[in-house]
Amino acid sequence: MAAKSTLKNMALCLSAVCLICSAVVGGAYALTKEPIDEAAKAKTTASIARVLPAFTAEPELGSIELNGANYTYYNVPGTGVAIISATSGFGGILSLMVGIAEDGTIHNTTVLSHSETPGLGAKCTTDEHFIAQFQGFDPAVKSLAVKKDGGDVDAITASTITSRAYALAVSNAVAVFNQLKEGGLSNE
Amino acid sequence: MSKWHFVTDGFVKNNPTFVLVLGMCPTLATTTSAMNGLEMGLATMFVLILSNIVISLLAPMVPDKVRIPVYITVIATFVTVLQLLMQAFTPAVYETLGLFIPLIVVNCIVLGRAEGFANKHGVGESALDGLGVGLGFTASLTVIGIVREILGSGAVFGWKFISGDGILAFVMAPGAFLVLGFLMVLFNKYLAKK
Repeated sequence: MAAKSTLKNMALCLSAVCLICSAVVGGAYALTKEPIDEAAKAKTTASIARVLPAFTAEPELGSIELNGANYTYYNVPGTGVAIISATSGFGGILSLMVGIAEDGTIHNTTVLSHSETPGLGAKCTTDEHFIAQFQGFDPAVKSLAVKKDGGDVDAITASTITSRAYALAVSNAVAVFNQLKEGGLSNE
Repeated sequence: MSKWHFVTDGFVKNNPTFVLVLGMCPTLATTTSAMNGLEMGLATMFVLILSNIVISLLAPMVPDKVRIPVYITVIATFVTVLQLLMQAFTPAVYETLGLFIPLIVVNCIVLGRAEGFANKHGVGESALDGLGVGLGFTASLTVIGIVREILGSGAVFGWKFISGDGILAFVMAPGAFLVLGFLMVLFNKYLAKK
């Protein structure tokens, strides 16, 4: 019942199937490109809104190099800066967005992506006490390291490595913020 | 004989997880919670139904020697389409399942049904088979997810009934194997009784 497996048949059949499939994938890509971009943009905007006080100005995208790493940030004039900061967590890259207000205090932090252990390190996205301690954190007064390392950050129970990575990411963001301040952010 | 047995077969007699023991990678990896299991099952069902339909239509025209590459191409197309759709319309779900969506391509359930069923049966029967096996896979994953979520996080579908933590091992890989093993025993005991 199946067509004969001659070279011509096989080549024709495979080419036809591949051609149709590529057309379908291409069509789907074209159709979904806009919604995908919008979803990504909405996510970024929502993250910025979460880590900074309410603002009206349009966030300006920028990037800066510090200690050999590249940081992307969104500067909201008059409100603060939302800095994307990534470090190595327990299971992979832990990527945060850290919102720092004009006066240098941390307004809020949010996890953009992580691959921490569910039920342990992954709690860095849900543990209210852990997240709340960074809100209003003043890096000029307190130290951004977990208490085990002599800092002021309460680690998540049984997830010291994740907590360390989180604190390091926030502290890197603070360094980026200071660098931006020195470079005269408003002039850029 | 009614055609509904194609659906129920996939659910019970040919249950992909507990009887055929296929597709273990997503089964073990994505069932950390009931919701994740359900979403993964539905994503696989989408691909399964569509690829079964298309392959049952293509089968008479495809030369025997190139049938596997043709099936894989068809399956990969649907998976890619699904991936794009999920990225566009359910980005949160896409983020949790992440890598396991593209991995549906190599899920042996999908190719197994294409090779073992769809290329020998008509369109309607293949669609029903895809639905049945898909539902069976979804139900199995959801059940594993529910058990792991209850034991591991003290919650069902994200609704917490105990404060604090559960037995963390059940959220991680060892718990996946344990729950799968015990559920498989129960399921087969039930089947044997019938």
